[in-house]
Amino acid sequence: MATTWDADEAKLSLTSGGRVAHRVSRTARPAGSTGSAGPRTRRRLGPGPAIPFGLQIGPALLVLTWVIGSALGWIDPRILSAPWTVIEAFARLIEQGRLQDNFVTSATRALLGLSIGLLIGTLLAVVAGLSRIGEALIDGPVQIKRAIPTLALIPLLILWFGIGEGMKVTTIVLAVIVPIYIHTHNALRSIDSRYVELAETLRMSQKDFILQVVLPGALPGFLLGLRFAVTLCWVSLVVVEQINATSGLGYMIDLARNYGQTDVILVGLVVYVLLGLVSDGLVRLLERRVLSWRRTLAN
Amino acid sequence: MAPHPGKLKPATKAVHVRNLVRRFAKKTILDGVDLDIEEGEFVALLGRSGSGKSTFLRALAGLDHDVQGTGTLETPESLSVVFQDARLLPWRSVIQNVTLGLAGTTGQEEGRKALAEVGLEGRETAWPNQLSGGEQQRVALARSLVREPALLLADEPFGALDALTRLKMHDLLRELCARHRPAVLLVTHDVGEAISLADRILVLDEGRLIEDLKIDLPTPRDHGDPRFAQFRAHLLSRLGVDLPGRKAA
Repeated sequence: MATTWDADEAKLSLTSGGRVAHRVSRTARPAGSTGSAGPRTRRRLGPGPAIPFGLQIGPALLVLTWVIGSALGWIDPRILSAPWTVIEAFARLIEQGRLQDNFVTSATRALLGLSIGLLIGTLLAVVAGLSRIGEALIDGPVQIKRAIPTLALIPLLILWFGIGEGMKVTTIVLAVIVPIYIHTHNALRSIDSRYVELAETLRMSQKDFILQVVLPGALPGFLLGLRFAVTLCWVSLVVVEQINATSGLGYMIDLARNYGQTDVILVGLVVYVLLGLVSDGLVRLLERRVLSWRRTLAN
Repeated sequence: MAPHPGKLKPATKAVHVRNLVRRFAKKTILDGVDLDIEEGEFVALLGRSGSGKSTFLRALAGLDHDVQGTGTLETPESLSVVFQDARLLPWRSVIQNVTLGLAGTTGQEEGRKALAEVGLEGRETAWPNQLSGGEQQRVALARSLVREPALLLADEPFGALDALTRLKMHDLLRELCARHRPAVLLVTHDVGEAISLADRILVLDEGRLIEDLKIDLPTPRDHGDPRFAQFRAHLLSRLGVDLPGRKAA
């Protein structure tokens, strides 16, 4: 049987029986024990120490491929503009003020939609999580809403709100509510009932119970929901800005498509990437700050 | 709670229980328990697992929401519970856990004092999961005592600790109770723990109290004292454990 083990397993089994083996080997060394008493290390199951700049390595390689490919003429500029062309377009758009204007418009829409959605989603989750009546009234409709892709609602929203800002912000709000609600509600419901019992024995008020136990307990779920919400917020923004918009990054990209300006499209995409990364980074920073009590696999 | 005419509750009782019955589904867990605990009295409750001791403690703590039952149950307003797990909120610092639900800066000051009392001065801002099991349970004790309870209910509070830590915690609990004088009901399955801490030991068996024993040994109690061993053997036999050699004697 021992011969079919892999090396690591055999090592582990030896270590656990090491004490006995050593005692035996003093009087009469058995044939199997080689008596190597060097320090044995356990197989590491966590991911180990972080690689410096680990997260930057993959993207850097991609950009490098793009640079080399364009420089050597492997990439047709009509398919994908060269990095320097994109940088030129970037400078030109800033000079004309188009990029800033469109950026501000887009960012305003996104932030407005995100904040309203966060507020509504959290409120719904807390009400549904803390009261049976609330759950009966709220949970079903949200689950149904969840089954309808938000973008499929756009035709209806256009009929209701026209093609102005109202429709755009509402679309983002509706997209954002779902992940916030789902994850916050789930986290609320999975708060250990022992803490509820504790709150009862400490005679905590309803307000203290919500502020000290419920909300902080649901915070990891809320933050996870927030990360999904931020992503969805940008996705919805891109879509609504390519329908009937007259301003915003999506409009700028759509316009560039009409004129075949790959470089402008790429500038828009790069801005989206930066927005996505920066907002995700901000959420993660927030996560690290407010969840510092957690000890997880990552640290 | 229904009034009991002609049966005035004496002011010195911390706990007054008459004919307490508790049922889960069809099974009777507590079958007519009567108990009085005096103010400042330290009572230990022993029982095999399934004897109903946790149910009894939860009834006293008012935590048995959906349990059917009858009987008279009087406990003081100021009541604290120490659970087997320290039950600290992991997202609140040590001091915040101690002062949970207490108002304002007086609470802060009291909390600091309580932490110093359990030997955790300077650990106020630590997170619970940075503490050892014994330290966490000391925070739980501080959280209970900062409310100056008239009754302290403890449900196997040292059950999850190692033997050495447990002995230290016994000393600490004895010291704290001597200073704050709450009435205590300590639920435990450890006979030695009960004898070394309690003034009085109860044994619960199949939902009834079958033993009520005064422990009149001087404190601190010496485990080597022959009378300690006598109490121990007696209580163990009441719990259905016969020590070898005792039968022959």
